[in-house]
Amino acid sequence: MSSDQDHLKETDTEARFEFKKEQKAAFVAEKGLNEETIRVISEDKDEPEWMLERRLRALKQYQKMPMPTDWPGQPDLSEVDVDEIVPYIRPDVEVRGGVDDWRDLPDDIKDTFDKLGIPEAEKNALSGVGAQYESEVVYQNMQERWEEKGVVFMNMDQAVQEHEDIVKEYFMTKCVPPSDNKFAALHGAIWSGGSFVYVPEDVTVEMPVQAYFRMNSEGMGQFEHTLIVAEKGSEVHYIEGCSAPKYSAFNLHSGGVEVFVGEDAHVQYSTVQNWSKNTYNLNTKRAIVEKGGRMEWISGSMGSKATMLYPASILKGRGASDNHITIAFAGEGQNIDTGAKVYHNAPETKSTIESKSISKDGGRTNYRGLVHIANGAKNSSTAVECDALMFDNESTSDTMPYMEINESTVDVAHEATVGKIGDEDIFYLQSRGLDDDDAKQMIVSGFIEPITEELPIEYAVELNRLVELEMEGSLG
Amino acid sequence: MATLEIKNLHARVAEEDGEQILRGVDLEVKSGEIHALMGPNGSGKSTTSKIIAGHPAYEVTDGEILLHLEDDDFGDLEIPDDVRTWNLLELEPNERAALGIFLGFQYPAEIEGVTMTNFLRTALNAKIDEREELLFGEDDEEEEEEAGYDTSPMEGNVDDGEVGVAEFQKLLKEKMELLDMDEKFMQRYLNAGFSGGEKKQNEVLQAAILEPSIAVLDEIDSGLDIDRLQDVSKGINALRDEQGTGILQITHYQRILEYVEPDHVHIMLDGKVVKSGDASLASELEDKGYDWVREEVYEAA
Repeated sequence: MSSDQDHLKETDTEARFEFKKEQKAAFVAEKGLNEETIRVISEDKDEPEWMLERRLRALKQYQKMPMPTDWPGQPDLSEVDVDEIVPYIRPDVEVRGGVDDWRDLPDDIKDTFDKLGIPEAEKNALSGVGAQYESEVVYQNMQERWEEKGVVFMNMDQAVQEHEDIVKEYFMTKCVPPSDNKFAALHGAIWSGGSFVYVPEDVTVEMPVQAYFRMNSEGMGQFEHTLIVAEKGSEVHYIEGCSAPKYSAFNLHSGGVEVFVGEDAHVQYSTVQNWSKNTYNLNTKRAIVEKGGRMEWISGSMGSKATMLYPASILKGRGASDNHITIAFAGEGQNIDTGAKVYHNAPETKSTIESKSISKDGGRTNYRGLVHIANGAKNSSTAVECDALMFDNESTSDTMPYMEINESTVDVAHEATVGKIGDEDIFYLQSRGLDDDDAKQMIVSGFIEPITEELPIEYAVELNRLVELEMEGSLG
Repeated sequence: MATLEIKNLHARVAEEDGEQILRGVDLEVKSGEIHALMGPNGSGKSTTSKIIAGHPAYEVTDGEILLHLEDDDFGDLEIPDDVRTWNLLELEPNERAALGIFLGFQYPAEIEGVTMTNFLRTALNAKIDEREELLFGEDDEEEEEEAGYDTSPMEGNVDDGEVGVAEFQKLLKEKMELLDMDEKFMQRYLNAGFSGGEKKQNEVLQAAILEPSIAVLDEIDSGLDIDRLQDVSKGINALRDEQGTGILQITHYQRILEYVEPDHVHIMLDGKVVKSGDASLASELEDKGYDWVREEVYEAA
């Protein structure tokens, strides 16, 4: 194929994600979290009163809710002390809300995204790009032809100002209310940055829009909010990528994602998560799908110290459908706890969940999922398949696929496998000329192949590269 | 011409108090020769084959396995004098493969998600690279690392390695025709869901692609119906006739030897080769059974 994937080759080096930049900021909030912090952040953003009120309400809920500690096999969150986190850092850029030309960014920030290959990708394969550095979006651009069709892709803070009505209606009201869980409440209190995507009726955004989230400072928290509203008959593919350099102190990422899939609309939400291995990644992602609409969640979780992420689809209208594809990779010291939730709340709704996880060098992966089929959701169907591959006896993997089926005329299929990478398989490949590392890598790429073959090519390549990267060093 | 020389090979299962299985195996196989290795269950035939290929489950307690190479073993490649003899026991399984050793498995592994084409081309290129490195100390691994993907990750890079995608597909097609294998196998996952016979055919196909100097085929004839047995036999004969591969064929049955006529027949008992002869030995064995060999051997002792 042509050279338009050249930028992806850069993934070869760990350096692509690991470099650090000196911390330069225009505004750094005090560590910790209290009403005063929230007021300062809201004021710095010049927010309307209602948003400040929502933040304060979320803060109260956060303070009341206990940390989740009683889930079987869950990651240890005892190190997560929000009072030790710097919740808000506004990078030192002139234009609030993000420039639309990379050259207008300070050199150190521009250099960061260059190394990550974002501007290059934008030129070649994307309809629009947003880039967040610390707590604020520093770059935002979308091709004119989409703007002309009424598509909106802007940073979330700006959307609060410019699309106040829509945001007020949808922002953490019906999809992910702050009361949902402790980290959703935390997010509601101190969210900053993220993307707002609005696709008008019957518009198909042909190339994906991408947002990239970068945490550069030590001990900070990133709490971006993404709100996607896809109107009737529209179609959009949103990709997010995340990374951070590694520091000794922990970082916290607690994003919130709300997707509204209109009648017969189709939204694909893809994530490549490669946070540094000191990051706690605790997100809430949810979609509400109307009649005939289709939601697809695709997640590759490679990085972070601990991840708890269960993207959810609420199939609200008749014939709505969902597809979850999840790949998790846990190495030494990592605990990747991911899964999927689907609520079948209407007849003829359909979901498929495919999860593949790989653990090595003492890493742990969990699949934790829930499929709920409501009474009356007649002729609905769900198929859940989760497979786990372990490299050694030190690594662990659990699958916890919960099902709540309250309707009898449904079709439910479930399959789970947990296995260790086979010595005989490795020997077989070795006897044909592959060395030990290449043999293992081939087995792993084969293991995730049923998933990668369904992905857009750029995404599949990136994911394969990341898996290779994860396996380097630990093998041989 | 390559020679595989097994001298006084003793081996046991590589675990505490592991059972001693081989008690002094002597065997020599040269390129272009067909040897049949026969013997009752548990006599150590399969173990011998696995140890030749470097299976980690066995520990060699005495003896050696040498591979002698000559100039014509790798096409036009000139082999430096100081690297013509190799002690296989010091080499990794993939290094042995690179020097021309091939093991056809009795129970080939099933690898999901890896297409035959991708696997075989990767293996062929890995083999060529490794051979260069062993013979000439060249290491172009770094260059390869940077190459990245130009095509789908499922097919691998067009330029990755000596043999490109197009060239390889032509080669694969040719060899498949020879073995009467359906082209659809090219895009199937390696052995996944293959029938017993298809797996065996696939082992011979792999040998045809990788062009080994010495191929050890462990019960390649088990579980084959008569048609498939003929295809597989044709493939084995072609290995010898067209590539000059030396064959060490492990079998329980006389049947395959009617199609693949051996130059030498060896009989193993209790971890040793106790009797060798020409093709007539196999027929004699068929008539008289292993007890005959046993009696003869132990009487003589």
